[in-house]
Amino acid sequence: MKNVCKQDLMAMNGDEAVAYAVKQADVDVVAAYPITPQTIIVEKFSEYVANGEVETEFVCTESEHSALTACLAAAVTGARTFTASASAGLALMHEMLFVTSGCRAPVVMAIANRALSAPLNIHGDHSDTMAQRDSGWIQLYVENAQEAYDSIIQAFRIAEDLQVLLPAMVGLDGFTLSHSLENVNGLPDEVVKKFVGVRELPLVATHEGKNAPFKLDPEKPMTMGPIAFPDYYFEFKRQQDEAMKNALSVIQRVHDEYAELSGRSYGNGLFEAYQLDDAEVAAVCLGSTAGTMKTVVDELRQDGVKAGLLRLRTFRPLPVEELQKALSHAKAIAVMDRSLSFGGNGGAVFHEIRHVLYDAATHPFVVNYVYGLGGRDSSPKELRVIYEELQRILQTKHVEKTINYLGLRE
Amino acid sequence: MKKLLEFRWHGRGGQGAWTASELLARTALLEGKYIQSFPEFGPERMGAPVAAFTRISAEPIKIHCAVYEPDVVVVLDPTLLKAVPVASGISDNGVFIINSTDEPAKIRENLKTDKGQLWSVPATQIALKILGMPITNTAMLGTVARATNIVKLESVEKTVKERFRLDLAEKNFAAIKEAFEEAKKE
Repeated sequence: MKNVCKQDLMAMNGDEAVAYAVKQADVDVVAAYPITPQTIIVEKFSEYVANGEVETEFVCTESEHSALTACLAAAVTGARTFTASASAGLALMHEMLFVTSGCRAPVVMAIANRALSAPLNIHGDHSDTMAQRDSGWIQLYVENAQEAYDSIIQAFRIAEDLQVLLPAMVGLDGFTLSHSLENVNGLPDEVVKKFVGVRELPLVATHEGKNAPFKLDPEKPMTMGPIAFPDYYFEFKRQQDEAMKNALSVIQRVHDEYAELSGRSYGNGLFEAYQLDDAEVAAVCLGSTAGTMKTVVDELRQDGVKAGLLRLRTFRPLPVEELQKALSHAKAIAVMDRSLSFGGNGGAVFHEIRHVLYDAATHPFVVNYVYGLGGRDSSPKELRVIYEELQRILQTKHVEKTINYLGLRE
Repeated sequence: MKKLLEFRWHGRGGQGAWTASELLARTALLEGKYIQSFPEFGPERMGAPVAAFTRISAEPIKIHCAVYEPDVVVVLDPTLLKAVPVASGISDNGVFIINSTDEPAKIRENLKTDKGQLWSVPATQIALKILGMPITNTAMLGTVARATNIVKLESVEKTVKERFRLDLAEKNFAAIKEAFEEAKKE
């Protein structure tokens, strides 16, 4: 890591770290509407605007639906755009999430993950982003404030890559990360500016048969997001899926390039394997709880238990082959979900990881643990139970319950 | 220093327990440590019992949950001793830092535990005298610096001067210094 540059060590919460990254990323337009626990991002960024520290056009909208619409409109003119939301705010964007990805507009959005009403709850879980998993957005989940900063910077490069051209959301756990003060190392302004670069636009053929940059421009009129009936719609959607697949290598490449600059890496950018190589019992986890799980793995390893963890950073696109390779040697696997798919026999992450492992010749036991809904805290002691159950499954070769609820009164 | 030190702050909504947890964390960061500071995530109402947490470590901090087995428990308001199980999860090597004018034996009676080392300081009196308000968080921070040796008083001064505007910074640091000196060990 000889090229690692000198950095500023700061105390920041996750929201502030996101705002700081956006400030450095040479963003043209930020349109947002505040919602807890994302509010600090917008507050902090509006301070940067008021102090003249950024040249960004900052649009205060009347709703989240409008915030994303404004970002989409700006993005299709070639602008770099950012917004942030959570919970009900993200739900209100639902319609425009699909329009944004369908228009191939590389908007970057931070989500301070929060539960959905009712009953009303402002605390952390993944119900908001999991409900949007099929909206065509790249989804990254971070473990701490530092990674929130790093991932926002990377997200611009990933989303805007010409092989990708898809919007990206970065999820940080509400309160646990958004409102907790941690060490954050910030890269120098000019290094971030150079890293994100100037947004490139693909050249597309116009009706005159000439090449023109793919953007809305009154000088060179072009139609975007036009009607596509049964004769073409399917092809558009297939291309979006292909772009998602392209994102897998782009996420890794951007992650590696950033690691050279910063000295910080998160596994291969897609997921982080923690003590996983020789693990017999393993868990799959997203977000901040993965950090606590690492301390549990450390304890278990001291006790001689071959425990491991896979912290999934990239949920969309799902790195199917890579996950299969990383997990298939484990004999019993617990997949952790911080959201519920009501009536769906387990949570979304469980469905996907189990699906990935269906083709693995080793056929490990795979169980689901739903945890932390509405901000319920998970202590190391509670999390340890997951590994104890996996060990029991290994000993008895029998799964008592496939779907389990951690720390729940029943 | 132990690998990871965990602090739990007990206060009442509006007394600045979170601010104190943050000031301690920022000070430790100035001294090159890894830190975390966060409030108990739940309802926050003026006057109701609240908690905040600080973690300080020489190594990156992985854990992301509330503090269940604190090394240090700080109580900003003496009336909390009877209202909240402040001693919950404390170990034999733990440290209690209590705002109280009572004798240690009396404080012990309310703590309902023989565990840990006990420090006390009349923080309310110090705050009233210097700040003119019963806001004890900064005074308690001074006692934490004295009892745990985890941060230097000079570093606390730097953090406080960054955080508060000039006159408030001076008053708060005066309270911190007085509480540092007045702190009594059982």
